[in-house]
Amino acid sequence: MNELLTSIGYNNWILPVLLVVPTAGALVVGLLKAEAAKRVALAVTVIELVLSLGLWVSVDTSSGTMELVRAYRWIPQWGITFALGIDGISLMMVLLTTLLMPLCVLGSFNYITKREPGYYALLLVLTTGMLGVFVAIDMFLFYVFWEVMLIPMYFLIGIWGGKNRLYASLKFFIYTMAGSLLMLVAILAMVRGAAVATGTVSFSYFHLLANAGAPGLVAIAPWLFLAFFLAFAIKVPMFPFHTWLPDAHVEAPTAGSVILASVLLKMGTYGFLRFAIPFFPSVAYSELVQGVVVSLAVIGIVYGALVAMVQPDIKKLVAYSSVSHLGFAMLGIWAATVQGVQGALMVMIGHGFSTGALFFLIGMIYERRHTREIAAFGGIARVVPIFSLILTVVALASIGLPGLNGFIGEFLVLVGSFKTYPIATGIATTGVIFAAAYLLWALQRIIFNRLDKPENETIPDLTVRELVVLAPLLIGIVWMGLYPKPILDKMEPAAKRYIEMARPGQPVEGVTITARAEGAR
Amino acid sequence: MNPSWIWLTIALPFIGFLVNGALALAKPEAKRVVAIVGPGVLLAAFAVAVGIFAGLWGNPPDQPLVFPLWAWIGAGGLEINLALQVDQLSLVMLLVVTGVGSLIHIFSVGYMVADPGFARFFAYLNLFMVFMLILILGSSLPVLFVGWEGVGLCSYLLIGFWYQEKANADAGKKAFIVNRIGDFGALVAMFILFWSLGTLEFAEIATLAPTTLAVGGATVTAATLFLFLGCAGKSAQIPLYVWLPDAMAGPTPVSALIHAATMVTAGVYLVARTSVLFAMAPLSSAVVAGVGALTAIFAATIGLRQYDIKKVLAYSTVSQLGYMFLGVGSAAYTAGVFHLVTHAFFKALLFLGSGSVIHAMHHAYHATHSHDDAQDIRNMGGLKRYLPTTFILMLLATLAIAGIPPFSGFFSKDEILASAFGRGAEHPIYYLFWALGAAAALLTAFYMMRMMAMTFWGENRTGATEREHLHEAPMVMTGPLIVLGVLSVIGGVINLPAFWPTPPHHGLERWLEPVLAPAARLMPVQIPHGATEYALIGAAILIAVVGLVAGYRTTLAKPITAAQQAPEEVGFAKVLFHKYYIDELYHSLIVRPLVGISRFVLWRFVDQGVIDGAGVNGSAGLMKSLGWLGTRLQSGQLGFYVIVFLVGAVWLLHSVIR
Repeated sequence: MNELLTSIGYNNWILPVLLVVPTAGALVVGLLKAEAAKRVALAVTVIELVLSLGLWVSVDTSSGTMELVRAYRWIPQWGITFALGIDGISLMMVLLTTLLMPLCVLGSFNYITKREPGYYALLLVLTTGMLGVFVAIDMFLFYVFWEVMLIPMYFLIGIWGGKNRLYASLKFFIYTMAGSLLMLVAILAMVRGAAVATGTVSFSYFHLLANAGAPGLVAIAPWLFLAFFLAFAIKVPMFPFHTWLPDAHVEAPTAGSVILASVLLKMGTYGFLRFAIPFFPSVAYSELVQGVVVSLAVIGIVYGALVAMVQPDIKKLVAYSSVSHLGFAMLGIWAATVQGVQGALMVMIGHGFSTGALFFLIGMIYERRHTREIAAFGGIARVVPIFSLILTVVALASIGLPGLNGFIGEFLVLVGSFKTYPIATGIATTGVIFAAAYLLWALQRIIFNRLDKPENETIPDLTVRELVVLAPLLIGIVWMGLYPKPILDKMEPAAKRYIEMARPGQPVEGVTITARAEGAR
Repeated sequence: MNPSWIWLTIALPFIGFLVNGALALAKPEAKRVVAIVGPGVLLAAFAVAVGIFAGLWGNPPDQPLVFPLWAWIGAGGLEINLALQVDQLSLVMLLVVTGVGSLIHIFSVGYMVADPGFARFFAYLNLFMVFMLILILGSSLPVLFVGWEGVGLCSYLLIGFWYQEKANADAGKKAFIVNRIGDFGALVAMFILFWSLGTLEFAEIATLAPTTLAVGGATVTAATLFLFLGCAGKSAQIPLYVWLPDAMAGPTPVSALIHAATMVTAGVYLVARTSVLFAMAPLSSAVVAGVGALTAIFAATIGLRQYDIKKVLAYSTVSQLGYMFLGVGSAAYTAGVFHLVTHAFFKALLFLGSGSVIHAMHHAYHATHSHDDAQDIRNMGGLKRYLPTTFILMLLATLAIAGIPPFSGFFSKDEILASAFGRGAEHPIYYLFWALGAAAALLTAFYMMRMMAMTFWGENRTGATEREHLHEAPMVMTGPLIVLGVLSVIGGVINLPAFWPTPPHHGLERWLEPVLAPAARLMPVQIPHGATEYALIGAAILIAVVGLVAGYRTTLAKPITAAQQAPEEVGFAKVLFHKYYIDELYHSLIVRPLVGISRFVLWRFVDQGVIDGAGVNGSAGLMKSLGWLGTRLQSGQLGFYVIVFLVGAVWLLHSVIR
C-alpha cells in the first residue's frame, strides 16, 4: 500500500490537495441547482475522505515531529509561507474531520430545504478551514484558517439555524473573534521578538517555537500566553467561557452542531497542545496557571455535568455535556503524563464520534416531531426501537461505559492526571457519576416511561439513509472501545514530544514506584 | 478440555445475544428459536466450563493461566491486554455462574413465554452472561471493570425491562447511578495501584504488593478502601445498598440470576481476588467486616416487616452479602467464597420459587380480572396445597439459609461466624462483628419462616374464585428448582469442616489454596478449636431453631388480613416497613438539593445570570452604550462642535503653557 502511494508521490501533494479540493468543490457546488449541489458536495467529501485515508499508512508518526513538511512561497516580504505539516496528533484530527464531512452532507439531504447550493458550498469551505487549522505550521497561515472557519459557521447558524439564530450566530462570532484577535496580537509580538533576537522575520512555527524564549519575549510571556489562552479556552470551551456553546448548538442546523462539537471544539485543545503550552511552558506550568487551569477543568467537568442534568432541551443538555467532556481533555493535557495526554487525545476523538452521533440522532427525531423538549417525548422505545437502541448505545459511550470509546479517553486521562494532580483527579472522577445521572435521566424521559402523548405514537423509525449516516460513527464507537491500540500507537510519539516541550527536563516514560519510600517489609 | 478454550464460554452467550437481539428487532414472535438459543448457548458454555474444570481437576495450576486475546490499551507504562485468567478461583466462579445461569435461563423459558418482549429478554440475559464471565475471567482490574460495568448495564436494562412503568425505569436508573458511586471508588483504587505498583494485572499485584508496599501503610489502606467502595456499590452494602430492593422491579428470573446468585456477589469475588491487598491492610479488612456485619443485621431487621415476597428476599440478599463481607473481612476468603456458592444455590432457588408463586398468583388474578397485588404475602396463605413442589423446595432453601445442619448454608455461615469470632482474639472489635452476625442469623431464620408461613401455611387469602385458578408451575420451571433444591441441600459437601464425621474435608479450601496462599501468609484465618468451636456451633444451631420456631408461631398466632384490608403499621413496625426512611432521607438530603442547586444556582444564577447576563451580554451592553454616546456626540449641531473645539483648545493651550 505504502509503495503504491510513494509511486504516485502521495506525500508530496496530499496536504495542499486536501485543502484545495473542498474549496474548489465549493465553487462548483455554489453554481449548481439544489439536487445536483447535494450530490456533488457528497462526492467531493467522499473523495476527500478517500484521499485522506492514505495518510494513515504514508505518514511516519514514529518520530513524533512534523512530517510531510512543505513550505510554499506566499508573502516573502513578511516571512510568511504557506507551510504545511502533519504529526500523529494532527493526523487523527484530519481523519476525524474528513470522516465526518460526508456524513454531515448526507445527513443534511432531506432537512435543508432552502438555498441548498449555498449551504453545501459553505460546508465545503468550512472543511478547508478546519483541515487548514490542523496542518498549518506557519502562524499567519494558521491564523487565517482559524478565522476562515468562523465565517461559514456564522452563516450556517445565521441562515439555516433555528428561531433565535441571529442572536446565537452573532454571539458565537463575537465571542470567538474577541479571543482570536488577542491571539493575533500575541503572534505579531512573537514574530517581532524573534526577529529582534535573530534578525529573521518569520511566521514559521518552528522559528517561533525555537525563539519563544528570546530575551525580549520572556518579560511579556505571561501576557502572550494569556492571549493564546483566551483564544483557545473560548474555543474548548472552558468554564467560564462556555456560554456561547449552548446557544450556538441549539440554533445551529444538525450538521452545524455536529461539526461544532466534533471538530471545532477540538481546535481549542489542539491549540493548547500545539501552540500555547509548547511556546510558553514555564508560564503554563507556573503554580498560578496550573492551579487556575486545573481548577477550571475540574469545575468544567462537574459543573457541565450538573447543569446538563437540568436542561429541558436535549441539544442544550448535550452542549453542557461537551463542557464536561472537554474538561477531561484539558485536565489530561495539563497533567503532561503519557497517559494523560493520550487520554486527552482519545477524549477529543471519542467525543467527536459520540457527540457527533448524538447530535445526528437529535436532529433525526427533531425532523419527526419538530421539538427538542425532553418533556415532549417518553416511552418511544416501543415505536422507534432502532432509534432507541442506537441512542442508548451512543449515550452509554458518552457515559464512559468500558468497551465503548468514551471510557478509553476518560480512563487514561484520569490515570495520567492522578500522578500529577491527585486531588483534582479525585474530584474529576466524580464526573463518571454525574454523567450517568444526566444521560440516563434524559434517556428515561425520552425512550422509556409510559407512552402518554398520542403524537408520539406514529413516529416512523430511522430510514436507511439515516442508518448509513450513523453506521460509521457506531462502528467507530465500538472499534475504538475495544481496540484503540492502533490509534494510541500512532499518537504516542507526538504525545511524548509534547510532554518534552511542556515539561523540559522531566522524565517522560514510565512509572515511578512512589510507594517504595514507605519501606517494604 | 484445554483451558485455552476459555474464550468459548464468553463467545457462546455472545452469539446468543446477537441471535436473540436480531430476532427481538426483526422477528419478536419467533419464540421457539429464542427458547432454544437462549438457554442453549448457556448450557454449551457450562459444558465448556465443566470440560476445562475436569481437565484441571487432576493437576491444578500453581500459577494462574493467562490467555491474552488482544492488546487493548497502551499508553506509556500502562499496557493492558484483553486477557482471560483461569485459576482455581475463577473456575469456581465460572462453574457457579454458568451452572446456575443455565438453570435460570431454562426457568425463564417457562416464566417469560407469554411476554411480548421474550426475545429482547433473552438477548439481555445472554449479554449479561457475557459481561459476568468477563468480570470473573478478566486477568486485570481494567478488564474486570469491563465486565463490572457491563453487568451493571444489563442489570439496568433488565430492571427496567417493563419500561412502560415509570417506577421500573426509575429503579433501573437508580441501580446504575448508585453503582456508579461505587465505580468511582474502583477507579480511584486503580489509579493508586497503578502509580504505586506499575501494574493492574492480578497476578503481578499479588507478587509485587507484598514486596513493594508497606503492610498497613497508607497506600495499600487507601487502595483497598476505595476498592471496597466499589464492592459496596455492586454488592449492595451500607450505604449503597438502596438500589437492590428497588431492583426487584425486574422480572423474577432476573432477580434470581443477577440480584442474588451472580452479579451482586461480584464485590465479594473482587475482595477475594485482591485478597493480598486486603490482607496487607488490617484497617480496611476491619472496615469490610464491620460494614458486612452491620449490613447483615440492618437489612435483616427490614426484612422482618416486608410484605412483598420479593422484597423480603431482596433484603435477605443484602443481609447475606453482608455475611460474605464479614467472612472476607475476617481474612476467611474461602469461607466468603463458600457462602457465595451456597447462597447462589439457595437464594436462586428461593427467588425462582417465589417466581413460581407469583406466576400462579398472577394467573389466578388475571383469570378473574382482579387488581390485587400478586406479590403480597398477605394475599397468599395455604399455598402448599396448590404448589406442593415449590413449597417443599422453598422449605429446603429456608432451612439452608437459616443454617440448619446438614443443609449447605449451615456450613458456610458457620465458618464465617467462627472466623470472625476467632479473629476477635487478636482484634476484639471482631467479637462485636460476630455478635452482630449471630443476631442477624436469628433474624434471618425468623423472617424467612415468617415469609414461608404467610405464603404456604394457614388460611388462603387469595379470594374464593381466584383460588380455583392456583396451580403448580410447568416442568420447565420446576425442573431447575429441583436441581437447585438438591444443590441447596448437599452443597455444603464442597467444604466440610474437620469436625464433620465424613470426608471430604476442606475441599474448597484446599482447591483455592494456591490462589489465597499469599494472603493467608500475611493474615492467617483463625478458627477456634475444641470446646469454643463446639459451643459456637451449638449456639448457631440453637439460634436457627429458635428463629424458625418463633417465626412460624408468631406469624400464625393470629389471623392475617389480606393486603386490601390490612391496617396501617404503627410504631417501630412502621419504621421497619418504611425501611428506616433511608430512601426518603437520601432523596431529600442528596437528590433534591443536587437537582435544585444545579437548576437554580448553577444554571439559572451562575450560567444565565452571572456569566451570560452580567459578563457576556453585560459587556455587549456596555459597548452598545459607548456606541450610543458616540452617536450623541455627532449631533450635527455646529454650536455644540464649536464649544467642544474651544474647550479642547483651551485645555491644550493650558497644558502647553504649563
